[in-house]
Amino acid sequence: MFHKILNKEPGVKKQPKAIPITLSTRIRLARNLRQFPFPGRAEVAQKRAVLSKCIDAMSGIKGLDNSVSVEVDDLSELDRQILVEQHLISPELSQVEEGSGIVLTQDRSCCIMINEEDHLRIQVLRPGLDFSSVWKHADEVDSGIESAISYAYDGELGFLTACPTNLGTGMRASVMMHLPGLVMSKNMDKVINAVNQLGIAVRGLFGEGSDANGSIFQISNQQTLGESESAIIDRLNSTLESLVRQENFAREKLLQDDRSRLVDKMSRAIGSLKTCHLIQSAEAMDLISLVRLAADLGMMPDKFRGLADRMFIEVQPGHVQLSAGKAVEPSQRDELRAELLRNHFLRAPLLDLSSHS
Amino acid sequence: MKCHHCDKQATVHLTQILNGQMHKMDLCESCAQAKGVTNPENLSISSLMDKVELEVDPNATSMVCESCGTTHQEFKKGGRLGCEACYHVFRPILDPLLDGMHAGTKHLGKVPAGSESRIHYEQSIDSLKKKLQDAVEKEDFEKAAEFRDQLKDLQNQAKTTV
Repeated sequence: MFHKILNKEPGVKKQPKAIPITLSTRIRLARNLRQFPFPGRAEVAQKRAVLSKCIDAMSGIKGLDNSVSVEVDDLSELDRQILVEQHLISPELSQVEEGSGIVLTQDRSCCIMINEEDHLRIQVLRPGLDFSSVWKHADEVDSGIESAISYAYDGELGFLTACPTNLGTGMRASVMMHLPGLVMSKNMDKVINAVNQLGIAVRGLFGEGSDANGSIFQISNQQTLGESESAIIDRLNSTLESLVRQENFAREKLLQDDRSRLVDKMSRAIGSLKTCHLIQSAEAMDLISLVRLAADLGMMPDKFRGLADRMFIEVQPGHVQLSAGKAVEPSQRDELRAELLRNHFLRAPLLDLSSHS
Repeated sequence: MKCHHCDKQATVHLTQILNGQMHKMDLCESCAQAKGVTNPENLSISSLMDKVELEVDPNATSMVCESCGTTHQEFKKGGRLGCEACYHVFRPILDPLLDGMHAGTKHLGKVPAGSESRIHYEQSIDSLKKKLQDAVEKEDFEKAAEFRDQLKDLQNQAKTTV
């Protein structure tokens, strides 16, 4: 059952169109139950009690219709990896031993981690940029759960979390951004320093400490206490707007100053994707990133932006194995990944430079 | 402005508020990077705590949470608390940390609908009453009427939900 959800295409008709620069929006709420030690301090029996209490509390609530729950240790190694690659669970949760669980909606828009660092990590994600509907969904699920169980909460400190950095709202709002212009123009370090000073964190594709393959960055609020959820989202939004402006500016400047080099890179990326026979995921990510950029610049049809977003996930090691239907050695994985990319980019056109000459 | 550590031009201006006192430091890009201040995530809880403890409470190092057994050492090393009671036990050393870590030290976000909704309700009533009084004092009767209506609405809402 669970495996099936992971394997299928998400509800295609409701999927919003991929837009330039902003890949997806996410909100995560950290919550703990009263009278139970936080997971890091809990015995297995206590974790099990929390797990069943939480799952009971979630049955039939709004925003979690058609969801399935599963214990992490009932999942295969591969399923866990797939969940991590789809950004539905953290790498930490995929490694836990006993007493942790996942509740996932059929459309994969909401995934709740139980007994990760906190008892509950309610996550809602959507393609594109859409904080209002993501917040509404997360808030609804959170209130639904809270109507059945009491949260650890303090009038002054807000929701109590295992790590004091999540205290207060317990909310981490984030956006996945595609910033190849700032990376190529070597401005990314400066940008990271600047937004850090505004209390905004920048991470790689898979969270803390991960590489920024494919020029994809996760931008999120650093602070959770002392501001309301809407104030945090507003501040994050204004930072995002300025990042979008700077990325667009960097792209224009690259087109002006170094046009041939940029066009050459994008053009060769398409060539490589059409003809590769062995490719590692990092290289694949960088090539796909260039295709997305070309689509943003009007040099590739729009639909390649959506394809790029799908491929960013499908070239990950777990997904390559999933589509092969069996465990495969890394070298064979590189072959399968190349085959996947060749098939998808077989009919990709050459860059359309007509509007940019 | 020159860097605090070398003679280069300072471009990073670090302001930290620890225990209610403001500490300022000007650094050049390379010194800032070396010290890890360009990325607030690198300002680990443990390094912040070293500074805080001495200033706050000489007995801090012997603190332990009776409810879950988390010791001061464990909190310092892992940066994680063990249960809700830890927030009372470690509060004295936590408060100054929160100051540097967050935008404020008071929760202004969502209030769970359960028992805590009452606190929020009382806070909203207090704040509206104060606004109303201010408006009356300033003879801004248009605003005052607005606040009076909001107050009424809030009180009526509470009646219907109880």
